[in-house]
Amino acid sequence: MSKKILFIEDESALQKTFGEILKQEGYETISALDGEIGLRLAKENKPNIILLDLILPKIHGFDVLKKLKEDNETKEIPVIVLTNLEGLEDVEKALELGATTYLVKTQYSLEEVVQKIKKALGE
Amino acid sequence: MISEKICDQFNIVKQCRKYDLTLWQCPQFLFLVMGMVIIFSTLITYAIGSKYIDDPLLVALIVLLISAILFIIAAIITRSFERLAEANRMKSEFVSVVSHQLRSPLSNLKWVIELLMSGRISSVSEKQLEYFRILRENSKRMEELVQDLLTVSRIEQGRLPLKKEEISLEDLVKTAIKDTEIFARASNVEMKFNLARNLPQITADPSQLKLAVDNLLDNAIRYVKEKGKVELQLKKKNSNLYFEVKDNGVGIPRDDQKYIFQKFFRSGNIKRHQTEGSGLGLYITKSIIEKSGGKIGFTSQEGVGSTFWFTLPIK
Repeated sequence: MSKKILFIEDESALQKTFGEILKQEGYETISALDGEIGLRLAKENKPNIILLDLILPKIHGFDVLKKLKEDNETKEIPVIVLTNLEGLEDVEKALELGATTYLVKTQYSLEEVVQKIKKALGE
Repeated sequence: MISEKICDQFNIVKQCRKYDLTLWQCPQFLFLVMGMVIIFSTLITYAIGSKYIDDPLLVALIVLLISAILFIIAAIITRSFERLAEANRMKSEFVSVVSHQLRSPLSNLKWVIELLMSGRISSVSEKQLEYFRILRENSKRMEELVQDLLTVSRIEQGRLPLKKEEISLEDLVKTAIKDTEIFARASNVEMKFNLARNLPQITADPSQLKLAVDNLLDNAIRYVKEKGKVELQLKKKNSNLYFEVKDNGVGIPRDDQKYIFQKFFRSGNIKRHQTEGSGLGLYITKSIIEKSGGKIGFTSQEGVGSTFWFTLPIK
């Protein structure tokens, strides 16, 4: 069975690009366009990993991360933060809240992000 | 809430910090100083005036009138200064917001181009690849410009984060050289290094300092003439580390030299030579070096070359 990746990101262009490459890599992707849907889909689907943007409609990424880590059903799922925020305080806060990795979008190529996902999945 | 706002108005240090100005540039502080000068000079004028004029009431009236006029003038000047500072602050904030907003579509663009180039969607011909490379190159340029604008707005708002870490400038320069090697080779530039070994460590922000070194190296290589030569030097000088980048490039015309560290300034001769470049690199470099407690400078002669240097304190 292919591993499930939940991608919480409000940019549909990114959802499409990542969906395509991750599908080709053999993963099943689930898209959530805001924080609220993201939290619901995380509980319903129990993905193997979550890719999380920070600036999200309805519930901010930090709050999503906090809720994911507080919930017994979702707290073990590794979360990769994928955002454009590059402030030191943002990185520290995300890692403190329990994010596995923090990636700034502009600093990584598509392939590098895929490699990071694989690494977080222990592949 | 309202009382808090009023208190804030009287908190001069806080007001000055809002505009990232030193005390002697800050409108509120200058108003306070002017006010004190006016009161002081009013008292002296009264003391002198009452010595020579018989009617003390007339003296008091004249002095009062003059000081009132002075106060009004001072208030008007201060207010206009304040408006200028506020406009400048809002401009920096605007640049910061716009740059942030631009980053999302730019990273989308970058990744879509990558996906297309990877051949994962469909096979790509060599001709298509050539044009994708142009797209990628241009999106990268846009991204760098946006990044520079963000850094500039952070500098102007006094929010440039500078971590303090024990680092080896020697290692940092070596990494920078390695990163620019391909660019140097492609530009037909010969690079020479004269790096002293076992130099002491310094306290600085490695990523910001790397940006500063990268900018100097990039400029030296970018503005070469046909047979380029770039020489680097790193050594200990008194209680500082001294780093120098010397090139035999186009040089900076004498009239342009005083503007070279200003943001958006690009010298006339390099605009003819190279269309790329935002004119932000040296402004950013200077800010980083100075915020790290160092000094930066250069010597240059048009048609002969330039030498840019900076020093950073060892401890």
